[in-house]
Amino acid sequence: MRIHSLKRWSVCAAVAVLAVGVVAVVDPAFAQDAAHAVGDAATGHGGEHHSGGLPQLNPASYASQIFWTFVTFGLLLWLMSKVALPRVGEVLEARQEKIANDLDKAGALKAEAEAVMQAYEKAITEARANAHKVIADSVAAADAEGARRNSELAADLAQRARAAEERIQAAQQAALGNVRTVSAEAAQAAVERLVGVSLGADMVGTTVDAVLKERA
Amino acid sequence: MAGPLEQFEIKQIVHLPVGGLDLSFTNSALHMVAAIVLATGLLIYGMRGRAMVPGRLQSMAELLYEFVAGMVKENAGEKARPYFPFIFSLFVFVLFGNLLGLIPMAFTFTSHIIVTFALAMMVFLFVTILGFVRHGLHFLHLFLPEGTPWFIAWLVIPIEIISYFVRPVSLSVRLFANMLAGHTMLKVFAGFSVSLAGMGAVGLVGGLVPVAMNVALFGLEFLVAAIQAYVFALLSCVYLRDALELH
Repeated sequence: MRIHSLKRWSVCAAVAVLAVGVVAVVDPAFAQDAAHAVGDAATGHGGEHHSGGLPQLNPASYASQIFWTFVTFGLLLWLMSKVALPRVGEVLEARQEKIANDLDKAGALKAEAEAVMQAYEKAITEARANAHKVIADSVAAADAEGARRNSELAADLAQRARAAEERIQAAQQAALGNVRTVSAEAAQAAVERLVGVSLGADMVGTTVDAVLKERA
Repeated sequence: MAGPLEQFEIKQIVHLPVGGLDLSFTNSALHMVAAIVLATGLLIYGMRGRAMVPGRLQSMAELLYEFVAGMVKENAGEKARPYFPFIFSLFVFVLFGNLLGLIPMAFTFTSHIIVTFALAMMVFLFVTILGFVRHGLHFLHLFLPEGTPWFIAWLVIPIEIISYFVRPVSLSVRLFANMLAGHTMLKVFAGFSVSLAGMGAVGLVGGLVPVAMNVALFGLEFLVAAIQAYVFALLSCVYLRDALELH
C-alpha cells in the first residue's frame, strides 16, 4: 500500500517536473524570466558588452537554436543509423569473419602439416629399421659365405696336401729303388774293375740291401 | 577590440519566421550543419573503399565506431545495442561541435546552454519514456534501491527523485560551462596579447607570453572538447542502462 501511494506520488512529481521542463524549453517568456534570473547571478557586470551579458542567456535565439538542434541531430541520427553505421559494421564484421576463417584455415593447415610430419617421421623410422635389417642380413649372409668358402678352401688344401704327400712318398720310394739299383750296379762295376771278378747280381743286391739297411 | 563574449553571439544568416517563432538559420545552425556534414562525410567517405586493411580515414571511422560501441556495451549493457546509433550520434554531434569551435573565428554551438539543454532533455525524456515502456510503473522502483530499510526510504526516495530530475541540468550545464569557460579564457588571453602589443616595443615582446599561454590552453581545450563529448555520451549510456536494467 505504501509502495502504491509512493508510485502515484512519484508519477505526479515526474509529470510535474517534466511539464516544467517542457514549458521552460518551449515558452520563451518563461525561459526569459529564468534566463534573466540566472543571467543576473552569472554575470554581475556585463556592462562593456552591448547586449549586456552572456549571449547564451538571451532567449531571442532559443527557438531557432532548439529547432536547428533537433533538425540537424535528427538528420545525423537518420544518416548514422540508416547509412553510415551499417557500412562500418559490415566492414568490421567482414574483417572479423575473414580473420576467423583465416585462423581456421591456418589451424587446419597446421594440423595437416603435423600429420605429414608424423607420416614422414614414421617413414624415416621404418626406412632406418629396414636398412638396419638389410645390413644385418647382408652381414650374416656374407659371414656365412665366408665361412663356407673358408671350410671349402681348408678341405681343398688338406686334400692337396695329402696328395702331395702321397706323391712325395711315391717319389721317395722310387728314388730309394733307384738308389739300390744304381748302388748295386756301381758296386758290381767297381768290383769287376778292381778285382776282376764278376759278382753275381743276387749277391750284390743282397749286400747293397744290407748296407742300405744299416745306413737307414 | 572584440570582447571575450562576442564569440558566443548568435548572428542571423537567413531570416525564417514560422508562426510567430523565429527559426532563423544562424551561425549556430550553420555550425551544426557543418558538424553533421563532416561527421557523415568522415564515415561515408572514409568507408568508401570498405577495405579489408583500412587506410587513414577508414581507421578513424572504424576507431570512432568501435570506441562508441565499446562504451555502449560496457556502460549500457548488451540490451542497449538497438540504441547504439543514438548514442553514437550524440557523441559525434557533441564532439564535432566542440572541435569545430576550436577553429579560429568559428562558432561553438555546444557553448550555448539552450543547445546542450535541448540535447540533455532529449536524452532524459527518451530514457524516461523508454523506462516506462519497458517496465511500466515498475520503473518507479528506480527511486527506491532494493534492500533499502523502510525507515530510510522516506529520505532515500526524495534524494533519488531529485537526483533523477537534476540529470538533464547537470548534463547540459557541464558541457555548456566547460565550453564557455574554455573559449572565454582563450579570448581573454588573446585580448591581453593585443592590448600589450599596443604598448610599444616592450609590449610586443611581453605580448608573446599570453600567446604561449594560449598555445598551452588550446591543447587543454582540445582535450576538454573530446572529454566532454565522451562524458556526455557516457552519462547518456549510464542513464540508458538504468532504464533498461532496473536494478
